[in-house]
Amino acid sequence: MTTCHGAPIKLDIGKGEQKLVLAGNPNVGKSVFFNHLTGMYVDVSNYPGTTLDISHGRYKDWVVMDTPGIYGLSSFNDEERIARDVILQADKVLNIVNALHLERDLFLTRQIIDTGVPVVVAVNMVDEAKRRGIQINFDRLQEELGVPVIPSVAVKGKGLKEVEAALPQACTGRVNQELAAEIDTVSQTTANRGEALLALEGDEGIRTAYGISQKDKREEIYLNRRECVNEIFQSVVTETTQGANFSTKLGYWMVRPITGIPILAAVLYFMYQLIGVWVAGDVVGFTEETIFQGYYEPFVRGILTGFISPDSIFGQILYGEFGLVTMTVTYVLGLLLPLVVAFYFFLSTLEDSGYLPRVAALTDRVLNYIGLNGRAIIPLILGFGCVTLATITTRLLASEREKRIAIFLLGLTIPCSAQLGVITGILASIEPGFVLMYVLIILSILIAVGMIMDRVIPGRSSDLLIELPPIRLPRLANVLKKTGIKSFAFVKEAFPLFALGSLLISVLQVSGALNALQDALAPLTVGWLGLPKESANVFIMGLVRRDFGAAGLADMTLAPYQAVVALATITLFVPCVASVLVIFKERSKKEALVMWLSTWVIAFLVGGVVAQLYAHFEQIYLTVAAFAGLMALLVGASMLFSRRKTDVSAQSASCCHSEQ
Amino acid sequence: MTLANSVKGQTVCIAGIKHPMVRAQAIRFGISEGETVMIQEIIPAGPVIVRKKHQELAIGRKMAEDIQITLVN
Ligand SMILES: Nc1nc2c(ncn2[C@@H]2O[C@H](COP(=O)(O)OP(=O)(O)OP(=O)(O)O)[C@@H](O)[C@H]2O)c(=O)[nH]1
Ligand SMILES: [Mg+2]
Repeated sequence: MTTCHGAPIKLDIGKGEQKLVLAGNPNVGKSVFFNHLTGMYVDVSNYPGTTLDISHGRYKDWVVMDTPGIYGLSSFNDEERIARDVILQADKVLNIVNALHLERDLFLTRQIIDTGVPVVVAVNMVDEAKRRGIQINFDRLQEELGVPVIPSVAVKGKGLKEVEAALPQACTGRVNQELAAEIDTVSQTTANRGEALLALEGDEGIRTAYGISQKDKREEIYLNRRECVNEIFQSVVTETTQGANFSTKLGYWMVRPITGIPILAAVLYFMYQLIGVWVAGDVVGFTEETIFQGYYEPFVRGILTGFISPDSIFGQILYGEFGLVTMTVTYVLGLLLPLVVAFYFFLSTLEDSGYLPRVAALTDRVLNYIGLNGRAIIPLILGFGCVTLATITTRLLASEREKRIAIFLLGLTIPCSAQLGVITGILASIEPGFVLMYVLIILSILIAVGMIMDRVIPGRSSDLLIELPPIRLPRLANVLKKTGIKSFAFVKEAFPLFALGSLLISVLQVSGALNALQDALAPLTVGWLGLPKESANVFIMGLVRRDFGAAGLADMTLAPYQAVVALATITLFVPCVASVLVIFKERSKKEALVMWLSTWVIAFLVGGVVAQLYAHFEQIYLTVAAFAGLMALLVGASMLFSRRKTDVSAQSASCCHSEQ
Repeated sequence: MTLANSVKGQTVCIAGIKHPMVRAQAIRFGISEGETVMIQEIIPAGPVIVRKKHQELAIGRKMAEDIQITLVN
């Protein structure tokens, strides 16, 4: 777990080599530059906070590093801490700024220049600036900053050559003289001038690391820099005012509740129709049943029976009920892959459009109830793609408290694309009432657990502060590339795990242990959950991946209410192995273990309670109402027993102030 | 008057920000004391969306309550 006031960390990447660091405000196109320079692909999307880790690659004899976007160098939150350490150890910085709001972006530019590192500035998105009537005098800007300034339209490849040509001319720019003198003094104790600057600006990590106790001058330095940037801005930018165009208007409609909520509903409905109905039904029906079960499986079986008897142990493992080359392949490629591709395609489109930050603004209020702010909707939505990736995305949340809540809710309640696809497939075949039942159960768990965590975890969550980027038409090439890369990653990750899972099940079955295990678990599965005893298989498979477990459910014949109980239990059940590993990486060992075990308890508790309630009422709506009532009681109890939250007004803003 | 009780469509001048951390962030965004912004949208009981030139920011309700403003014209 990272400490809040992080001390500077020495980089391992590119040790002893020349480091070129890409830095800039969030969402300005840094990753597009990175992809161009290194020939790699890191995610590019239209929301602030896409890159949350350092990616590195090679460009000529440089090690190039992509950093998370930041509005200034300091350690207000995780992204900033990560970016800070990399930028301070850079040999050269390519600072990318957004032509649409230079007066904001140049603050960071001046701050980077103040650290004394050689800089080249790329003014990106000049296409959008031009469209909005913004004119920039680049020569003048270059003069004012004292470093090379190059205009660019990175997504169209314009200006990239020029930026590359300017890199060798990177130089230390015009610094604030007074400040430079002070840095001279402080830098005698610190490793470099950058750290000295940040120490002066009150960066706690650096101050404690070097035992600097001199009074911090953040406010003074910041205001000074702001004033200077405003002057530069005035002298280089001229604007001809233009009316709002369609995309700006669309952007307004998306956040205005009267239009925004219907838009959100329409988007969700469209997604349901596209993925839940069309892909999960028609497409998967074709790929799974026609192609894989109809042609592929009989074909391999036909070949293999010639060599290995179907009754032998090997035969069973390879192409028996849970066969490695039959069931595993059908599940991954026939059933899950189409769903995963469809999901990523949809999510990538959303990511590229600039819609997500607007959903964040729209849902902020609701998320406040579960101890999060609107920003958390981004990892929660991305969780429907892949919970593992979304868990990493929680880094864009400002406090440890929010990360803890979001990561647990992701692991507990959010089904990933593969799982969701299977679930929708199963639900689509039963009555709508039961679908509602499933959705309401999961939703009430999400709300109840979130509210309880909000009450019980000390501290207060941070407030929303997010920029709303322009709405853009998603670029098909980027959407396809992202979909392709992520889907491929899914197959690569899922295959070995699925193979492992089916191997496990087959071995248990062949050795007769599966039967014994099913009998041993019968009190739980049959007695408590009211499911057939074979459902034990599902949970064993679900240990590896929940979608694998859910896929197993698809092949069982269950009464509608049994399907709902089984689906709810498997949804809440442990996150997949990959997610668990990430949770262990992002949180402390103890916390991760507690989270993992809690999902077991909650899953079976909820499944059982629902089963028992339904057995009692024999009716959907009473069951759901009783269940929701129980949840409300729990939340109420947690409110009574946890201490009251202290005054909140003093503690808005960022990271450290919301810690316990 | 605070940003939280401003009205959609108003142009307001930031007069004061209590919390030092919020103040630091505001300076970076270029919405520090003395700057003017337009109130783009107010989501009931939710965030206030302000606009300065081509930059739009959604500011959480609690933070908005911490930001003092005066009306321009
Ligand atoms: N119109 C236009 N859009 C651009 C340009 N450069 C990048 N974009 C778009 O801007 C968005 C942000 O690009 P990214 O490369 O993800 O930005 P980033 O700086 O890495 O963002 P973070 O990782 O979130 O800090 C994407 O939607 C790009 O397609 C440009 O020159 N013109
Ligand atoms: Mg990026």
